[in-house]
Amino acid sequence: MGSLSDSTAIVGLAESEYARSLGASELELSCRVVRDALADAGVDPREVDALASFTMEGPADFELARAVGMGELNFFSQVAHGGGAACGAVAQVAMAISCGMAQVGVVWRSRKRGAKSSRVWAQVNDRISDQWKYSRPVGLLRPVDEVALMARRYMHEYGLKREQLAEVALAQREHANLNPRAAMYEKPLDLATYLDARWISEPLCLYDNCLESDGAVAVVIVSAERARDCRTRPVFIHSASQGMGEQYQVMTNFHCDDPLAGCSGATARNLWRQADAVPADVKVAQLYDAFSPLVLLSLETYGLCPVGEAGGFVEGGTLGPGGSLPVNTSGGSLSEAYVHGMNLLNEGVRQMRGSSTSQVEDADLCLVTSAHVVPSSALLLRN
Amino acid sequence: MIDERPLPVTDDPADAPMWEAALRGELVVQACVDCGRLRFPPRPMCPDCQSLDTGWQKLSGRGKLWSYCVAHPPLLPAFEKDAPYNVAVIQLDEAPTLRIFGRVVRGGAASGSGEAREPVDPSLLVIGARLQVVFEKVADDVALPLFLLEDDVA
Repeated sequence: MGSLSDSTAIVGLAESEYARSLGASELELSCRVVRDALADAGVDPREVDALASFTMEGPADFELARAVGMGELNFFSQVAHGGGAACGAVAQVAMAISCGMAQVGVVWRSRKRGAKSSRVWAQVNDRISDQWKYSRPVGLLRPVDEVALMARRYMHEYGLKREQLAEVALAQREHANLNPRAAMYEKPLDLATYLDARWISEPLCLYDNCLESDGAVAVVIVSAERARDCRTRPVFIHSASQGMGEQYQVMTNFHCDDPLAGCSGATARNLWRQADAVPADVKVAQLYDAFSPLVLLSLETYGLCPVGEAGGFVEGGTLGPGGSLPVNTSGGSLSEAYVHGMNLLNEGVRQMRGSSTSQVEDADLCLVTSAHVVPSSALLLRN
Repeated sequence: MIDERPLPVTDDPADAPMWEAALRGELVVQACVDCGRLRFPPRPMCPDCQSLDTGWQKLSGRGKLWSYCVAHPPLLPAFEKDAPYNVAVIQLDEAPTLRIFGRVVRGGAASGSGEAREPVDPSLLVIGARLQVVFEKVADDVALPLFLLEDDVA
């Protein structure tokens, strides 16, 4: 077991409303969710001495700290690679607290990406100098195109059918229809609608893609000892991991031995190495889902089903409410909101508090993961 | 949002020889001078022997279709006019793990040249199909890979 084991806990959470377009700035949204998460925990803003977020986060740490009225900060970090960062930011703050470098930490993310013009892939320059110079000029423009290549190959290797892939989107929509915060609340989705939907990048259709949302999320992390004084039921960070695969390249990871392996394998092996639980102990999971195939790949690489068998595993509503392994129980990125996976983290905490709108009875361990297709991270949460 | 097709920077010494070869219609990848390991994308050091002594090796450009997608809008304006279009990954015969990207287009003089080349019928996109890399010149300093089905190479 790793020494981080259960030594820190998430004691506060908050999120903004989720919508296609919110009026407030990213900084204002950040202030609101950090204030509300601290209030949830019963912690005064002046007690915060550690902050972490994404390198892609807009508002700077000092702007947030002075706006919210935090005290002196003694730990601040940013984790790279967009959708791979959420659990890593929590892990870094937990480490800082566990080793005594800091005492009260906040991890936050604000993101206004509902508007079409704000999409990252649309911001490309006329001349490209990074690793995308070999793919974008020939038309591989968007993350969905890059994931579609993986999905097509997976279908070829393991016989995955669209009806099986659809199970991801349909299950998450069922969860969202129980969750009034979800952008897709009270908007049911059926298989026929899925199969008739317009293509975005074949073999992926509209419903295989996450929402584009405006929203913000924050969590509060303290030591297990300090957690006893907080207002909420503590949710312990049992194990935490970051992972980057060998010979890995961000998003266009096609120049290595096994492009489907992504970064979840490296993340998962290190996560389980530190845990006194095994994959079979996981009864609920929040798996990063910017695109539905990533859920299937994560099920396999985290050991929740055998490699190549995710299509069969998810058949019959496995991932939905009442299924044998409910996944992304708030609706996730496909049907609640896309906040770079931070809303998955909040849902994992809710499951461990027993306060999810799609609560899994007696769940005592929740796996939360960040993106399979970028240098990644994961947490095992326990109550 | 840019109107034109985004292009690669071609004057970075790290990969300039690759772009120069592309203009000659040749596919080259890095080759370690000390141990011979091939590598793509270009980088300064060999991951096997840590040598910084790097050369370039011409490949046949022959390989197999590893995967493909068919992109539909929303896209950049320069690509929207071609949509839906395929983008494929080729697994190169001499270096099966060094896959590269390009569109699969129709071969032969009748299909035109450069950007006028027509995409193949999607029913011909079968994983494992034999492909040949050719290059289309899209700017004075840039030629980009296209793939022809081997049966279709004139």
